[in-house]
Amino acid sequence: MTNLTRPSPRRERRSILPWLAAPALVVFVAFAVVPLVGVFVLSFTTWDGIGAIHPSGLDSWRAVLTDPGLPRALWVTFLVMAVSWAVQTPLSVLLGTFMAGRQRYRAVLGVVYFIPLMLSSAAIAIAYKALLDPNFGLGAGLKIPLLSQDWLGRPGLAFGVVVFVVSWQFIPFHSLIYQGGVQQIPKSLYEAAQLDGAGRIRQFFGITLPQLKYTIITSSTLMVVGSLTFFDLIYVLTEGGPGDATRVLALDMYKRGFQASLMGPASAIAVILVLVGLALALLLRRLGGRDAGASQLEGA
Amino acid sequence: MTTTPDVTTTPAKARHPLKTTPRARQRLPRRRNWAGGLAGWIWLVIVAVPLYWTLITSLKAQSRYYASNPLVPSADPTLDNYRLVIESDFVRYFVNSLVVTAGAVVPAVVFSFMAAYAIVRGRRIRGLRAINGLFLMGLAIPLQATVIPVYLIIIRLHLYDSLLALILPSIAFAVPLSVLVLANFVRDVPKELFDSMRVDGASEWTTLWRLAAPLTRPAILTVTIFNALTIWNGFLLPLILTQSPDRRTLPLALWTFQGQYGVNVPAVLAAVVLTTLPLLVLYAFGRRQLLSGLTAGFSR
Repeated sequence: MTNLTRPSPRRERRSILPWLAAPALVVFVAFAVVPLVGVFVLSFTTWDGIGAIHPSGLDSWRAVLTDPGLPRALWVTFLVMAVSWAVQTPLSVLLGTFMAGRQRYRAVLGVVYFIPLMLSSAAIAIAYKALLDPNFGLGAGLKIPLLSQDWLGRPGLAFGVVVFVVSWQFIPFHSLIYQGGVQQIPKSLYEAAQLDGAGRIRQFFGITLPQLKYTIITSSTLMVVGSLTFFDLIYVLTEGGPGDATRVLALDMYKRGFQASLMGPASAIAVILVLVGLALALLLRRLGGRDAGASQLEGA
Repeated sequence: MTTTPDVTTTPAKARHPLKTTPRARQRLPRRRNWAGGLAGWIWLVIVAVPLYWTLITSLKAQSRYYASNPLVPSADPTLDNYRLVIESDFVRYFVNSLVVTAGAVVPAVVFSFMAAYAIVRGRRIRGLRAINGLFLMGLAIPLQATVIPVYLIIIRLHLYDSLLALILPSIAFAVPLSVLVLANFVRDVPKELFDSMRVDGASEWTTLWRLAAPLTRPAILTVTIFNALTIWNGFLLPLILTQSPDRRTLPLALWTFQGQYGVNVPAVLAAVVLTTLPLLVLYAFGRRQLLSGLTAGFSR
């Protein structure tokens, strides 16, 4: 009997379920999939952003690929990604482990820790710009020469500031992920290790770190793919400068397209950005064997 | 994993520490995570100082600002800076941000929930599997790379410089992660409950809203919070898709305000505090919910 009645509701479900997915699909196709295809198409055209669009073959690609600005932007993007990963990961693991503890004062500290998560990149960048001002900022006010340098005016320093502010903004998020990861480690592992006489440090490297493997992969994926989209923070903080010291790919795309009105070459940069993102996501998935993280997570 | 406990050996090894119980008991609570504790306090200073400086400086009169110690609060705090910010049309920008955030988050979450339901319930339907694949691809691609075609589409739809221009792409950019998180939770609803709804003759539409929605309410809240934060703090879309001052959202208004009043550091910081205030109020009341909302998709 059941065999006879089953097919009919299933057929009914077939008729309605795809319609439930339709609204999300329509918006996503219109404003994400079509633009994704469009960016490839536009990279073979000439457009100033206002007038007519003219096909121009490989002109944009030729212009972009022969421009020394491209390897430079790729290198800066890679540096921001690598250095901010290397700064954020150990600190986030440490803070996450610390926050997973039970002392009450940790919970109090936690209230302050996570405030940066609420702030927009624009607000953070503007506050830091004022704070780091060599004449009117915090260092100048305290009359400490070491702190009143031209932080955003020198290439090396500006790069360091970008990494620092990125870490200031995102370490809370990642330590939150690690806190959740640490809390899921079975207590019995530590008790047993203690009975075995393993010290605090051996417990950390023997239990905590190996148990956090998937958390580390998730967090790293988010950091690495997310770093491709540090647009607002860097744009407001340094506008890519001084010179091109902090001109990452996303910024290069914006400046070529919306400031220099060269939408063709800007689209070519965007295509490169998409390819880099896809390559990284595939690489990390191969390493971790888990879902690749979201790219637009860390600020859109 | 060398310290993974082997249950069979623990009794033998346990005998040794048991003999020294008094010492062991003394040692256990003292075995603090000193590295974590140190990092915790240092990080507290790193997070708190810029926040504290921003707040107290925003309450200083501009004339006094340059002469005073930057870390000492003003003896006679003033709200003049805040008055200047509010008189610069920030109420309008606040309303704009509210309209864009609500206008994008509600459809984004509703559409994503319907799609997540369809994807989980219609696993066997090839078309829905393809749609799911499409959304997952959206996670791996930095969607900001598509802003140039988005800009073109918005112009062609005659939506440039309107709030709707910000809402539509924001919905699309929110879909992939929202569907992923919501589908994870719909999948956890016991199959028996769906079956009993079907036996009662409920349609998929009824099952969606009467069964799946109440059971996944925490996830829906989570996704709502995450998207609201992202869209409220968004900078790139308002930057490229609007032009007139009265279409600005808060982050963009903050940035232009800083461009206008750059030298007036206390006023700029008052604007930073004011644009952040709504989120800080939310944070004060629903911190736990907000924080779990931020990481829910990743710590599972």
